[in-house]
Amino acid sequence: MAGILNAKIPEGPLDQKWTLHKENLKTVSPANRSRMHIIVVGTGLAGASAAAALGEQGYRVNVFCMGDSPRRAHSVSAQGGINAAKNYRNDNDSVQRLFMDTLKGGDFRSREANVFRLAEVSNAIIDHCVALGVPFARDYAGYLDNRSFGGSQVSRTFYARGQTGQQLLLAAYGALNRQVALGNVTVHCRHQMMDLVVIEGQAKGIITRDMVTGRIEKYPAHAVVLATGGYSNVYFLSTNGMSSNASALVQCWKNGAFFANPGFVQIHPTCIPVHGTHQSKLTLMSESLRNDGRIWVPKDKSLAKRLQEGSLKPSDIPEDERDYYLERRYPAYGNLVPRDVASRAAKERCDAGLGVNKTGKAVFLDFEKALETKGREMIERKYGNLFQMYEKITDENPYKEPMQIFPAMHYTMGGLWVDYNLMTTIKGLFAIGEANFSDHGANRLGASALMQGLADGFFILPYTLPDYLSTKIGELLPEMAHPAFVQASEKVKQRIRNLMEIRGRTPVDDLHRQLGQLMWEHAGIIRSAQGLTETFDGLEVLRERFGKETGIPGSDKTVNQELEKALHLEDFLLLAGLMVRDALHRKESCGGHFRVESQTKDGETLRNDKEFQYVAAWEYKGPGSEPELHKEPLEFRYIHVTERKYK
Amino acid sequence: MHFTLKIWRQAAPRAKGCFEHYAIDQVDGDTSFLEMLDMLNNKLVKENKETIAFDHDCREGICGACGLYINGRPHGPDDGITTCQLYMRRFRDGSEITVEPFRSKAFPVIKDLMVNRNAFDKILQAGGFVSVNTGSAPEAHTTLVSREKAEESMDASSCIGCGACVASCKNGSAMLFVASRVSALSLLPQGKPEASRRARAMVLKMDELGFGSCTNIGTCQMECPKKITVAHIARLNREFLYCKHSDLQE
Ligand SMILES: Cc1cc2nc3c(=O)[nH]c(=O)nc-3n(C[C@H](O)[C@H](O)[C@H](O)COP(=O)(O)OP(=O)(O)OC[C@H]3O[C@@H](n4cnc5c(N)ncnc54)[C@H](O)[C@@H]3O)c2cc1C
Ligand code: SF4
Ligand code: FES
Repeated sequence: MAGILNAKIPEGPLDQKWTLHKENLKTVSPANRSRMHIIVVGTGLAGASAAAALGEQGYRVNVFCMGDSPRRAHSVSAQGGINAAKNYRNDNDSVQRLFMDTLKGGDFRSREANVFRLAEVSNAIIDHCVALGVPFARDYAGYLDNRSFGGSQVSRTFYARGQTGQQLLLAAYGALNRQVALGNVTVHCRHQMMDLVVIEGQAKGIITRDMVTGRIEKYPAHAVVLATGGYSNVYFLSTNGMSSNASALVQCWKNGAFFANPGFVQIHPTCIPVHGTHQSKLTLMSESLRNDGRIWVPKDKSLAKRLQEGSLKPSDIPEDERDYYLERRYPAYGNLVPRDVASRAAKERCDAGLGVNKTGKAVFLDFEKALETKGREMIERKYGNLFQMYEKITDENPYKEPMQIFPAMHYTMGGLWVDYNLMTTIKGLFAIGEANFSDHGANRLGASALMQGLADGFFILPYTLPDYLSTKIGELLPEMAHPAFVQASEKVKQRIRNLMEIRGRTPVDDLHRQLGQLMWEHAGIIRSAQGLTETFDGLEVLRERFGKETGIPGSDKTVNQELEKALHLEDFLLLAGLMVRDALHRKESCGGHFRVESQTKDGETLRNDKEFQYVAAWEYKGPGSEPELHKEPLEFRYIHVTERKYK
Repeated sequence: MHFTLKIWRQAAPRAKGCFEHYAIDQVDGDTSFLEMLDMLNNKLVKENKETIAFDHDCREGICGACGLYINGRPHGPDDGITTCQLYMRRFRDGSEITVEPFRSKAFPVIKDLMVNRNAFDKILQAGGFVSVNTGSAPEAHTTLVSREKAEESMDASSCIGCGACVASCKNGSAMLFVASRVSALSLLPQGKPEASRRARAMVLKMDELGFGSCTNIGTCQMECPKKITVAHIARLNREFLYCKHSDLQE
């Protein structure tokens, strides 16, 4: 079974693989490039950078996004920063160390060669972003500043206040705009990809819906690049933008692209707690806050109870009554343990009755000591906008009382399976950024997603995609009248008709919220065989209700946001089943995947390398059939696989 | 809390629009303005009525997608926030709230509260970037940037492209938006070489796209959710003038 997946990892020593591989990759001559058409779906960091870099080389690129402008992509909301192995702090950082941290952070469930390459190109990203005009934070002498992030003992995170994602995206979007002006790239905003067109086993184009006119359109290409981001919104409440969705991934999966590690998701420990039943999304408080903020709950349940009732203020609780549980349990990393560890610890304390707000689902993130020792001005400069954001949302002043935080769904490590060239199991279909599974294993370290998106888009795909295109020189684009295009487009139209004809009265949001609760409960921070098994039934009920009750008023020939949401939910419902299946089959705990059946005596994750040291890649087998599991064994030749300890 | 909402409804770009009234109750003060609209839309779905279209995505004030004209002000009654950062506790219980799209010649209505801000993309395509090819950048520390300059550039670069400045301006000018990008880039050594050319190209494009000209009224600065200041417009004007001079000399 394993033979079906060929990761195409090049030969040679780890630190030379990428260099040697590049030498072997074929290129396309400049004269031929303008005849090669590439589709890029998504304009986040991954999509925008890829489209810009390919445009620079002279290819003809069509880019699609759902927002009214490429700049709205969800990458814009990343706050904390981007990693690179510059070693500007002289704290003994290196490519090797960034590689080791990332691999260990992912709990040895990612591919050695890919992760090394990521660390290797990280420095070039910073160089390029500086050149593009990103106003990274600087020190008084004019040098770039760094901060620390979880899961690492060096300071390697570059940042632009609390708006790093925005600034990087503006840079990538700027590079994209330049190519639009030069005529190499065409942008299609408010267009949703509805299906992939596959001809003779090769990706040859996409079908889209114009979200303003409702028109179903066909776009042919020599290759298709998916950069549509992650699927955290399966859980309804997440830190992702409202339009983040899995539809393009799911449609490609149905067309034959394997889906890898769908159950590996990341729950972020520092988010503003849920406050009401009409809440539409959760807000992240950047992990960088853990540089100076200390996490605690009261030692005593009776004190917690009074906090919950509101009869006690946190500042009333004396120092020796506070339990800085991360510092206590993990002295080496303290408040900067990786996200999964911090999330589980918070849940554990709250489950023990020590939560600090009225729902009992919150812990404190306290800046008292930092304000005392570093001064308000310093804290304000570092985190001013985050503190402000917190105050706007909660109406409470974090300079006076500690913040309240709780874990929330944040990021998906799983995604389309790709080989070393970032190509999926469908020839000519590539996946980059959060949409692929490649680099983060079972847990992603902070500030590594931005790095990966830009690595894929600026520095990897522009080398590997031409290698594929070099086999297509002289090949004409398929005609729009090609049966594959006609069929795919008819299928999409039929799907929309079916949804419009349900004519129910239940808002999509209501069903989606229920899906989210179900998944959070059983496929969230903590998972068990029993809980996961029960979820299948719950999903079946929701799918049935979706098919009978969904209400989509209005017409599909104009802006119809209920229809857009319904399309997303239908795909989420399918993907949720796959996520549960994956989580159920992996009877070990690793990274963010915590199975109660597999833990150490102190409640830490217990990996089972003998049985589960592989990537689980799932093949779609048609409606009603069970997906088939393919395993890509993970080999670690250059790193010693150890227990992941942060004590 | 309960509210009467007076909301602009318009079926299509060229259709005639009108205000419709809606009642909504059981709104918690901690509900955001957009969540309140979600509640209303879900109520409409249950009545099988077409929902109200509006743009939004991040719901935390950074993507720039949301933008409503609320009680006569872009992004509503508070300073320094976007529509999605507005909470219902800000309104008096029982009051009437008027909700309109951002109105400007250069931002045609698509449907209801949704407008087309494509013109912003076009302005940036005219020159809002540094022309450097991937792979050709020198090591990041080759050019140092003083902290003050980096911070000032960051201030300007905080623009989220929401369009409130245009919607608030009686001339419908996009000067603050243009200035924010021009300023952010020309403050950095990396963006200097193209500074004048950039300013000129973007201003010309802005004029071409039907935005009005700036007469220094300053409402843009007051309504900008990111507090971009008109000082950046002064910098833009400098770059623009410099450009004219160097053009003349050539
Ligand atoms: C609040 C928050 C803070 C974060 N902070 C950090 C941080 O500090 N550091 C870090 O490294 N990472 C951070 N992350 C993670 C990181 O931001 C994301 O993983 C990353 O930006 C994803 O980029 P992307 O390019 O893959 O996709 P996205 O930015 O999600 O872009 C997806 C694009 O695809 C388009 N799209 C989606 N579906 C379709 C479709 N069907 N048809 C057409 N277009 C489609 C969208 O319109 C969009 O343009 C954060 C994430 C969140 C939510
Ligand atoms: S300058 Fe301010 S108001 Fe204008 S688009 Fe930018 S953020 Fe919005
Ligand atoms: S929804 Fe993103 S700024 Fe308001």
